[in-house]
Amino acid sequence: MKITREEVLRVAELAHLELTAEEVELYRGQLDEILNYVGKLGELDVSNVEPMAQVLFTGTGSEPGERDTANERAELRDDILRPCDVAEAILAQAPDAAKPFFRVPKVIDR
Amino acid sequence: MTPATSWTIPAVRSALEAKQISARELTKEFYTQIDRRNPELNAYLALSPDRAYAQADRVDGMLARGETLPRLAGVPVAIKDVISTRGVRTTCGSKILETYVPPYDATAIERLEAAGAVLLGKTNCDEFAMGSSTENSAYGAVRNPISLDRVPGGSSGGSAAAVAAGLAVAAIGTDTGGSIRQPGACCGIPAMMPTYGRVSRYGLIAFASSLDRIGPLASSVADTAAVMSAIAGHDTNDSTSAPVPAPDYAREIEKPIKGLRIGVPEDYFGEGIDPEVKAKVQAGIALLERLGCKRIPLKMPHTDYAIATYYIVATAEASSNLARFDGVRYGLRVPGATLLEMYRKTRERGFGPEVKRRIMLGTYVLSAGYYDAYYLCAQKVRSLIARDFSDAFQKVDAIVTPTTPTPAFRLGEKTADPLQMYLADIYTVTGSLAGVPGISVPSGKTKAGLPVGLQIFGPHFTEGRVLQIAHAFERAGGAAI
Repeated sequence: MKITREEVLRVAELAHLELTAEEVELYRGQLDEILNYVGKLGELDVSNVEPMAQVLFTGTGSEPGERDTANERAELRDDILRPCDVAEAILAQAPDAAKPFFRVPKVIDR
Repeated sequence: MTPATSWTIPAVRSALEAKQISARELTKEFYTQIDRRNPELNAYLALSPDRAYAQADRVDGMLARGETLPRLAGVPVAIKDVISTRGVRTTCGSKILETYVPPYDATAIERLEAAGAVLLGKTNCDEFAMGSSTENSAYGAVRNPISLDRVPGGSSGGSAAAVAAGLAVAAIGTDTGGSIRQPGACCGIPAMMPTYGRVSRYGLIAFASSLDRIGPLASSVADTAAVMSAIAGHDTNDSTSAPVPAPDYAREIEKPIKGLRIGVPEDYFGEGIDPEVKAKVQAGIALLERLGCKRIPLKMPHTDYAIATYYIVATAEASSNLARFDGVRYGLRVPGATLLEMYRKTRERGFGPEVKRRIMLGTYVLSAGYYDAYYLCAQKVRSLIARDFSDAFQKVDAIVTPTTPTPAFRLGEKTADPLQMYLADIYTVTGSLAGVPGISVPSGKTKAGLPVGLQIFGPHFTEGRVLQIAHAFERAGGAAI
């Protein structure tokens, strides 16, 4: 498979990256090479394999038949309010803040 | 005065208890060494003397009052710069966070300090932990203290170099595809990736959330175990942290290893492995057999697909996680006429080449029309790789492999070819994908004097067993075989 310049630009747009002309060419070639390499996954028949959506739910328990202890935690924590008095500290890190807001260039044109 | 390189956690404790040195003096001694060596090594990006001396004084106060010292009292430690430290600049090795000072501490940091550790500073790393040589840092490469023209490995290269050079007694790193174990191997020190969920990641700046782990590097396995005991355990601030009780690893490592079944997968010794690395790892396995372990040959047939799987899963997650760096809330902002232009200019200037490459790759594999072919397929192969491990652990207690295919390579050797750099992680990414714990422990040196790492994997939550084997191996002279 060959990645086109247009595809690189489309992906850059999706990723909010403004690439230089040299970067577009560089990444076109490198993505091509990497995607060609990862294409080897196509050698495997995965039609009957479930995707691994959870790391600790794979049954890699230490003993045969033993349940993963972590699997038994399918519970949510209680919904309890906890004080989180960090707004000032967080806004102090902002490149541009007008308390209690982050300030950004105008988003909506009227 | 004792040279800094000889300090271990028990040595610090006995020196403090015998009043041979105060915690403040010890801290000062380490900063003196850092001033002397760091300009050459570039292992530290920022030092935190105010915080370190305040903690040292607390420890000295406890000593003066005759109180029992906590486990890591006065122990100077270094922290990888992807972990949040309140009031101490945290850059992730990136220009986009050049000025960022976190308003809170990561849970691992809180636990280290509660155990008495003295935080010396933040260590250099590949930008956002993306790399295998620490050459992707926006603040310059780290040199390997064992051979200055070589890389220390990565991405936790600054943490590994700091410990190997005696500029910290222990260090904290992060491992997504090998980033603790591979630099540990390159710098000749033990380095552990715990089970996924074993150590809280609250305060870790995310790279790939289904893979990222926090873990220790130290100059001995016993010290690695002591740091593990301080940082392991459930944390309600991290929903992926497992509510599985953590044992006292310092006690676990003393158990005998005789009779343990050690699986050796032939798939890790094929094409691409350096002959000297292969010979030293095989000598290491023979040593384990002499210590009473039973060697069992294994096949882990999906090993060869791990790098491809990893670079799809990890980059997909990274492209999503790194979307937060947009110039709005923290870090760099490059002005733009519109919000979108500001995002794009900020990210273009703030991210380095490898980070952009991975964001591009991750965005591509998640984009419409390619999701099934790449991301979904990789998640299925990830199941097969995890199954290789669970099948193996039906037959064996641990799996032993090389940590890396080659010893530390030369600075600049692989920077022009991203795929070659990715292949440096070929033996470590498997365990990352499976979520299992793994350690790299020194297993001899090449003729040129470069350390070789032996990697030990165990089933989920068996850090104790993994450390126990590594400890017996180290004590039997594994580092010098």
